[in-house]
Amino acid sequence: MKKLINSPETVVTEALEGIAAAHPSLSVDIENKVIVRTGGPTPGKVGLVSGGGSGHEPLHGGFVGYGMLDAACPGEVFTSPVPDQMLAATKAVDGGAGVLHVVKNYTGDVLNFQMAAEMAGDEGIEVVPVVINDDVAVEDSLYTAGRRGTGATVFVEKIAGALAEEGADLAAVAAVAREVNERSRSFGVALSSCVVPAAGKPTFELGEAEVELGIGIHGEPGRTRAALTPASELAAFALDAIRADLPVDGDLLVMVNGMGGTPLIELYLMFNEVRKYLEAHGAHVARNLVGNYITSLEMQGFSVTVGRLSEELTRLWDAPVDTPALRWGR
Amino acid sequence: MDAEVFWAWIVSAAEVIEANRDHLTQLDAAIGDADHGTNLSRGFTAVLGALDSASKTPGAILTLTGNTLISKVGGASGPLYGMAFRRAGKALGNAADVDLSDLSAALEAALAGVQQLGAAREGDKTMVDALAPATRTFSKAITEGASQDDALSSLAEAASAGATATISMQALKGRASYLGPRSVGHEDPGAASTALILAALRDVARGRR
Repeated sequence: MKKLINSPETVVTEALEGIAAAHPSLSVDIENKVIVRTGGPTPGKVGLVSGGGSGHEPLHGGFVGYGMLDAACPGEVFTSPVPDQMLAATKAVDGGAGVLHVVKNYTGDVLNFQMAAEMAGDEGIEVVPVVINDDVAVEDSLYTAGRRGTGATVFVEKIAGALAEEGADLAAVAAVAREVNERSRSFGVALSSCVVPAAGKPTFELGEAEVELGIGIHGEPGRTRAALTPASELAAFALDAIRADLPVDGDLLVMVNGMGGTPLIELYLMFNEVRKYLEAHGAHVARNLVGNYITSLEMQGFSVTVGRLSEELTRLWDAPVDTPALRWGR
Repeated sequence: MDAEVFWAWIVSAAEVIEANRDHLTQLDAAIGDADHGTNLSRGFTAVLGALDSASKTPGAILTLTGNTLISKVGGASGPLYGMAFRRAGKALGNAADVDLSDLSAALEAALAGVQQLGAAREGDKTMVDALAPATRTFSKAITEGASQDDALSSLAEAASAGATATISMQALKGRASYLGPRSVGHEDPGAASTALILAALRDVARGRR
């Protein structure tokens, strides 16, 4: 394993020190591992808190800022944060209008956020959790922990963040978050494994000419292992899986996301394949993101997330945002 | 069994988790996300730091262990193990000395807590597959009048057998469930760590008798 680290035990805190140094707009509590906007909570605004294991950067810390999250709690690499962190973040962002917890559907994240919400409730802060579960690679939710939360998290944080910034109440912010989740689907493909620093070796082995179709963001296996095929066929496989679950027509928000180890040139090529497929099926890619937004350490591959837009969702997507990883209109 | 036994159990559990850290992480890498050993080791190290002079009863020691695991571990194993130890501690109350039937009730409470939080049943390939048969076997042993040594041996053996039995199971809960049939053939890391922790109780109680 080759990594730019000092020791596996200090990866997360040292990266947080770097984030604090790089972004004066963020205030980082290194000890509690909480990233918040500088300047404290906005009175009367619904606070948005998300969190999850580290190793998915820029998610979630890179999305803290105007028009998006108020706080992020990074856990250890690929390990959910703990309730104490989430409670500290929730208290730090509560402006009196309640707090939305954006939770990706993983057993650990759900359990820890559940405990944090209870603790916040004990302290008189109203918390509404929204669980993101957009990954269609998990086919049989009845016999698993359910669909995983992946790319749609970025859409939810942006759009719900925009509505909260306009002064909407907690119920409305939670409703739009759920709506975006329900209208979005994702599918991921891995060309290589990631290496968790503390483990020191690849999470899974993949042959030179193999891909994992339906990979999760922690290197969880997907639907099947297959031979590497041209990009057009990989795009079609991913989008067939999405389309089998969600009609894709009308205006779409599409993200082609790298897993951390994919050259941008390949992501653009893949976006082009995705666009061609969707247009051939009568849809219109109205908005897009191409790049690394929810990564899996150094994994090579891509995920595609498709969200069905409405006039209102498009307006909220276009609203000003000013975070380290997403910035426009301001 | 007094506070000294329970304190020694937690210390021994921490040692055995540390000694098996890489093994547990490798089990997790096969069907999960390669952090189980690392996480539990971090949690029990924090527990060792938290044990202090206020930990005067078996119940207080287990409750502190549970609270610390919830605060320090994260993942699914933090809340689940934390809940198990908290519920067990609560069941033991303030007693300075607990007997086998108290311990049996504490194990039942721990199991109920884990199942309430994680919604796993036996056969789902989780820590419940070690904890449930161990709890049942222990209760049966003391009903039949087994000695402390024999009852704790049957507890540890049932947990170990339960963990081994997860190898042939398909995971229905937790991250391994995403593998579907591909999860068969691997031991569940949570069941494996449960067996290690319960074996530590047997060994400590035996050594201190």
